[in-house]
Amino acid sequence: MRTKTTFLALTAAAALGLAAAGTAEAQDDPTKACWIYVGPIGDFGWSYQHHQGLLQVEEELGDAVETAYLESVPEGADAERAIERFARSGCDIIFTTSFGYMDPTNKVAAKFPDVKFEHATGYKREHPNVATYNSRFHEGRYIQGVIAAKMSEAGVAGYIGSFPIPEVVMGINAFVLGAQSVNPDFKVKVVWANTWFDPGKEADAAKALIDQGVDIMTQHTDSTAPMQVAAERGIKAFGQASDMIEFGPETQLTAIVDDWGPYYVERVKAVREGTWEQIDIWAGLAEGHVVMAPYTNMPDDVKALAEETEEKIRSGEFDPFTGPINKQDGTPWLAEGEVADDGTLLGMNFYVEGVDDQLPN
Amino acid sequence: MLESILITIATAATPLLIAAMGELVVERSGVLNLGVEGMMIMGAITGFAVALTTGSVWLGVFAAILVGAAFALIFGFLTLSLVTNQVATGLALTLFGLGLSGMLGEGFVGRPGLRLGRIDIPFLSDLPFVGRLLFGQDPLFYVSLLLTAAVAYFLFATRAGLMLRAVGDNHTSAHAQGINVVAVRYLAVMFGGACAGLAGAYLSLVYTPQWVENMTAGRGWIALALVVFASWRPWRVVAGAYLFGGVTIGQLHAQALGVAIPSQLLSSLPYLATIAVLVIISRNRRLTMMNTPASLGRPFVPER
Repeated sequence: MRTKTTFLALTAAAALGLAAAGTAEAQDDPTKACWIYVGPIGDFGWSYQHHQGLLQVEEELGDAVETAYLESVPEGADAERAIERFARSGCDIIFTTSFGYMDPTNKVAAKFPDVKFEHATGYKREHPNVATYNSRFHEGRYIQGVIAAKMSEAGVAGYIGSFPIPEVVMGINAFVLGAQSVNPDFKVKVVWANTWFDPGKEADAAKALIDQGVDIMTQHTDSTAPMQVAAERGIKAFGQASDMIEFGPETQLTAIVDDWGPYYVERVKAVREGTWEQIDIWAGLAEGHVVMAPYTNMPDDVKALAEETEEKIRSGEFDPFTGPINKQDGTPWLAEGEVADDGTLLGMNFYVEGVDDQLPN
Repeated sequence: MLESILITIATAATPLLIAAMGELVVERSGVLNLGVEGMMIMGAITGFAVALTTGSVWLGVFAAILVGAAFALIFGFLTLSLVTNQVATGLALTLFGLGLSGMLGEGFVGRPGLRLGRIDIPFLSDLPFVGRLLFGQDPLFYVSLLLTAAVAYFLFATRAGLMLRAVGDNHTSAHAQGINVVAVRYLAVMFGGACAGLAGAYLSLVYTPQWVENMTAGRGWIALALVVFASWRPWRVVAGAYLFGGVTIGQLHAQALGVAIPSQLLSSLPYLATIAVLVIISRNRRLTMMNTPASLGRPFVPER
């Protein structure tokens, strides 16, 4: 499969080369684009999807680009070493693809002003050569909440969290808001796995939640294990990062699929053409960075409602964080019709009303 | 619900128990193999791949055992025949295993695997409360307990077990008595590898029937710690594995129930509990000394 695409890419590049022959297009060195992943590329979740983006860059830019990646790089001191190693080894642009790489990325960026750094899901851009990018996954989570409330008989969904960082908290809140738009009494039970990737532990968390009576499973960790447990125990579940339908043909309702490819291609091209600028992009369903997997295993009316919600969010008619919304303790947060600003969302450290969990500090 | 929790605990404890039991025998023979994680992950990919390609789960299990033992043989050759440093070689084995399994497993990512089904004994497994727990678990759960009994019997009630312990306690004396130290250690190391391979297969065929890179997620290291925790006594490994599994599962349930304790603290409970017990056990210095294989980690070169 992969050799085939490479072959196609090569022939395409050759054809382009012929077409461009005689023009001023210089045959300079390939641009080196590098990626740092928090999990293995075989996690079939978060890191897997970033790697799919890398493959798309290879495919579309062909010989013009040289790629490299490091997988399973722990967040923290190791990350700094890994990023610095890449910067020294001649990478022109480095994508660091986990929240915990935020400070290391900025630290290394200070030392290598000529290298471009792109940090996923963070908010610190301390140097002109650091850009941040993220996707509005919470848009998909709101839709999942709507579906969950329609499909659940118990009125309780289980939510496996990784770490209590704004990104994850925002997802839980969006899910709850979506669910409550259908069933105001809907509850969410949260279990923190305190890891991004540990299939065994994620499976254990799923089992614990099911034993406590939830009949819908959703996760913000990276492996397919919770989906498998849900399938085994006969409840419904949502996939994470990738379309996980293979692991639960009769279980998966939908999945939020991260499509990083187009963004990576655009940014690597920008470096090559010298037009790269510091940006902070946060794109969602509308831009195609967040894609919903097919709505399956649900009645037609639920499917129709899900599609309608998706369309409303895509067109900008509706934002998941639209007031009135109260915080968990009942104090008002957003007034009627008020929409949360991005800054608040990206630093979100509180639950909205209806979450059955204490947010760890 | 309690029954279901206990079954979940057994599932979490079984791979730790199997891997630790293998390492216990290795360490009793005086060899420290830090490559458990590497052998375990090799077992996981082998078990998964063989089961999926042949369609036979049991074939996968046996292949995992063989590959685990073969992987251990590399360690044995390096440390026993070439007398390399055991700590460094063990670490290298872990890194090698993690890398190699990732490469071998590339084509198996994202494919649902086969599951080793649980045993179902008519009537017995339908008994209320204890039925499913005692008579309706996966076969490897029973294997793990039989393995413990067998190792305990072998080490403390057979002549061969005595020889193995003698090699681990004082290889020079054992050699003088005519025991082939290196051969005994080779066998122990391979047994440890076979157990680690089986534990890996448990992960990819029972626990979470799928292949993902790094799916052992540090369980090999926990197994290593359990051996010390158990002060090299087989039945204490069972206690340790179930304590660790119990606290792990218990804290997840506590979270789902909404217990107002920070989840970070709850997540670290299994480790804190292990350390606490370790401290209590090691207070009795004499007993600890008695159980620790005196030649642990020391290389042996027979004089000619």
